[in-house]
Amino acid sequence: MARFTWLRDFLAERYPMRQLDELLHHKQIPLHRHTFWYYWGGMTLALIGIQIASGVLLLLYYRPSAAEAFESVRFIMTKVQFGWLVRSVHAWAANLVIFSAMVHLASTFFLRSYRPPRELTWVSGVLLFFVLLGFGFTGYLLPWNVLAFFATKVGTEIVGVVPGIGAMLQTFLRGGADVTDVTLTRFFWLHIAVLPLALAAVLGLHLLLVQLQGMSKPLKLREERTVPFFPNFLLRDFIAWALILGAVLAISVYQPATLGDKADPFAPTPAGIQPEWYFLWMFQTLKLFPGHILGIEGELIAIALTGLGGLALLLVPWLDRPARRGQAHWLVTLIGIAGCAYVAGMTIWALQSGGAH
Amino acid sequence: MTECSGCPKERLSRRAFLQLLLKGSVLALFGATIYPVARYLFPPRGADVSVSTVVAGTVGELAVNSAKIFRFGSQPGILVRTPQDELRAFSAVCTHLNCTVQFDRAASVINCACHNGKFDLNGQVISGPPPRALEAYRVNTRGDDIIVSKLA
Repeated sequence: MARFTWLRDFLAERYPMRQLDELLHHKQIPLHRHTFWYYWGGMTLALIGIQIASGVLLLLYYRPSAAEAFESVRFIMTKVQFGWLVRSVHAWAANLVIFSAMVHLASTFFLRSYRPPRELTWVSGVLLFFVLLGFGFTGYLLPWNVLAFFATKVGTEIVGVVPGIGAMLQTFLRGGADVTDVTLTRFFWLHIAVLPLALAAVLGLHLLLVQLQGMSKPLKLREERTVPFFPNFLLRDFIAWALILGAVLAISVYQPATLGDKADPFAPTPAGIQPEWYFLWMFQTLKLFPGHILGIEGELIAIALTGLGGLALLLVPWLDRPARRGQAHWLVTLIGIAGCAYVAGMTIWALQSGGAH
Repeated sequence: MTECSGCPKERLSRRAFLQLLLKGSVLALFGATIYPVARYLFPPRGADVSVSTVVAGTVGELAVNSAKIFRFGSQPGILVRTPQDELRAFSAVCTHLNCTVQFDRAASVINCACHNGKFDLNGQVISGPPPRALEAYRVNTRGDDIIVSKLA
């Protein structure tokens, strides 16, 4: 460290280094039987890092047009050295980052980490989750294969059903009445320009809040042992990150991403068409809802309910009144479990009925 | 707020007037920037080829109890030759969530693989989530050509 004193002096003379140092060092990580769940935020962050790195690499060869997208991805997969690895890592980590974010979301929910004063950390976290889903939805179309084409057709059709602004939002997303070349350009634009900016802003806020306020301790926990975040806990985080990087590489080597057939807007939708697994529960719900309920189109009701669910998720810190008073109410736990069970159950159901084709 | 004794109460003070002007200008500048951006985000309406009649295929290429997808402008249509040897045509866009339907030979129904919607050969919903029947088209033959046109 002594070797860098000139640098430290240089910085200290110019910037408020003591405050920055304090911000880095003041956070303590509580050690208790739920400490395991603290790793999932960092895990999600590491996977986002992998996505940014592999995404930047893919941009070197990817061409965002209906005429060339599929061919350029095939070129990456078959001709570019280790192109298959870069794309497979991007495809696999895309799934893992959603999974990791789900675990992080669920664990902070069940531990009531959103209770005052951390409401905004929760809200920014839920917004980040939506941004990640947006990345998944827009990225899925980019290879321009049959699966992606029809999943996007259905996905943007769902947007169109939203009362009032739906039609406008749909036209905006598709860039016209149908999913075409224009849609691909838009999804590319969202995927590599708009969503990354949104991610950077909300993620920056999220991390700043966590760093300012430190970790939430679960209710009714008497243990007082802690470990400094910097550098002790961060070094443990690094171990987890190294493990996940190794895991992503291993999965990508043994199960490289597939490409399928090029999208043809004038071919019938093939059987067994499915969105990414994290949208499957919604897909299954849409499948089950009847055409009409009390004269209203069934899909509209399904979409309205999902929208309300998303809003409720965002407002959890204010809806859970007992947690504001420092109590963990059994009903909140039950609602959380019911929500997880619904999503998990519907996903498994969809996977099974999809596998039958 | 400074009150002047001579002037009526509702008269704007110089400060309030300048503030109003400044806020108004900022708002106008903001609007003048946002509006073109908002319009820019929506693509120009393409030269929409609103086709009303199209040659969907030839009688010879379509066996009894089979179907084909044809282009109707920018949309897919489905032309069915029923087991009773009648020609029918519908929009191939499922009324549920826009997937492209296909003909199921074994059951002689039109089905949508996305959410398992089924239509009969009149385009009516048999089962599944679609809320409406498929849009039907008029079918005529001219020589060997099958002409499909929109119902008026």
